[in-house]
Amino acid sequence: MTIAVTNLRVEEKLYQNRYVVDSGRPHIKVRPHQSPSVKLYALTSVCPAKCYELNDNGQVEITADGCMECGTCRVLCEASGEIEWNYPRGGFGVLFKFG
Amino acid sequence: MTEKFDAIVIGAGMAGNAAAYTMASRGLKVLQLERGEYPGSKNVQGAILYSNMLEKIIPDFRDDAPLERHLVEQRFWMMDDTSHIGMQYRSDDFNESRPNRYTVIRAQFDKWFSRKVREAGATVLCETTVTEVARDADGKVIGVHTDRIGDVILADVVVLAEGVNGLLGTRAGLRETPKPETVALAVKEMHFLPEDVIDQRFGLKANEGCVIEAAGTISRSMAGLAFLYTNKESISIGIGCLVSDFAATMESPYDLLENFKKHPSVQPLIADSEVKEYAAHLIPEGGYKAIPQLFGNGWVVTGDAAQLNNAVHREGSNLAMTSGRLAGEAIVQVKTRGDPMIKENLALYKSKLDKSFVIKDLRKYKDMPALLHTNSRNFFTTYPQLLSQAAQNFMRVDSTPKIDKERATTAAFIKERSRWGLVSDAVRFAFAWR
Repeated sequence: MTIAVTNLRVEEKLYQNRYVVDSGRPHIKVRPHQSPSVKLYALTSVCPAKCYELNDNGQVEITADGCMECGTCRVLCEASGEIEWNYPRGGFGVLFKFG
Repeated sequence: MTEKFDAIVIGAGMAGNAAAYTMASRGLKVLQLERGEYPGSKNVQGAILYSNMLEKIIPDFRDDAPLERHLVEQRFWMMDDTSHIGMQYRSDDFNESRPNRYTVIRAQFDKWFSRKVREAGATVLCETTVTEVARDADGKVIGVHTDRIGDVILADVVVLAEGVNGLLGTRAGLRETPKPETVALAVKEMHFLPEDVIDQRFGLKANEGCVIEAAGTISRSMAGLAFLYTNKESISIGIGCLVSDFAATMESPYDLLENFKKHPSVQPLIADSEVKEYAAHLIPEGGYKAIPQLFGNGWVVTGDAAQLNNAVHREGSNLAMTSGRLAGEAIVQVKTRGDPMIKENLALYKSKLDKSFVIKDLRKYKDMPALLHTNSRNFFTTYPQLLSQAAQNFMRVDSTPKIDKERATTAAFIKERSRWGLVSDAVRFAFAWR
């Protein structure tokens, strides 16, 4: 129940933001895995846009549409190769109205 | 494109704009590349603008820059779950003809700054992500590749002002990716309210502004800080904690922010506001010891990308714009002498930076990050709670004799931290501050 409430709240927050989504070209990819490392699993809570979620098989998946490009997941999981992080193409991604 | 530039600046934030403006206004042929749709669209800050550092770049910025409020009051709160105990300074002296600090909204401010950069003669190309630095056979940086223009774009020097999460310099091996212990993740919301409501809630007159910074149980034992800044018709409210602490505790940043907003000391200040944006950004927190190599053959790095942020004083944009300006000035000097943009000559940037407040301030607090990060529970939970209890004990009038109240307060401090712990915390803090 608390998870559902949290999801709703983050989605509501992200709804205020402006994005130009580069459909079919996600700028972050999660390496296929059996079970996530501690750090990769932490992203399901720590990502401020809640882009990372656990699927039914217990693996971490990403939907990067709401990503604010902060780089937290990159700092935690790029070095181990668990995620691949690139900037969106020029002009795509989050566009802050106020910043 | 086979055109060659004197300098390419990567990024249109505070550091990049300062560098591009400094070089273009002194006649250099400058190309600035920004991946956002417009300058500022990828940038996030609290945000406070420091006049002194901008005056050194654009002296008459007050004529047309989009400024929100000038600051006349600062509050620092130590919070527990139901209370805050604070320090507060307000002065009419801050109502001066050339105010010292302003709140700004970055997306608007950066557009203005970028217009100045273009007026100074630089070419600014937005919606262009730089994918790679180009090097010659000797490893000297000679330009960049982008996702928009096929060929390499050449320049004598590349100024990396790509921000805290800059991919370019780290991929090129010019510096390391920040560690989870050296960056904080901050989330922030923009809450809109009528101007007069903000005036009333904070006791402000026209254009006066107030800052609140808060630490305590709101960060749930993590090393972190919350903030609330008054803009003209909005309030910027946010909270940030170390990424390593977030990962260890599995706390969610939006839960922390919601909790801070609901705190009885905060909720009345933002009541009935309309939220129009939610943003997240990393803040460099590693201090002096996390500063990377700042220059090399054909390149310099500035601002957040170089970890130039004073976490103790929450100053970053002024360090960014000063490092950008000094990099620009150094490059102009090397160019004027007709010397090549090699490591030995670009060391001038570092020596300028060393002489400025930027490095002097960061060196002063070089031991502070380690102290606060390894003792986060004491500094961010235990002491705020103890202080709040002490204050309440002092103020609540009952039939307890005052001497017993004082004994109870002293006993509470000793029970939590021990005599030795209290002395050792004080000594270590004093040494780190020194």
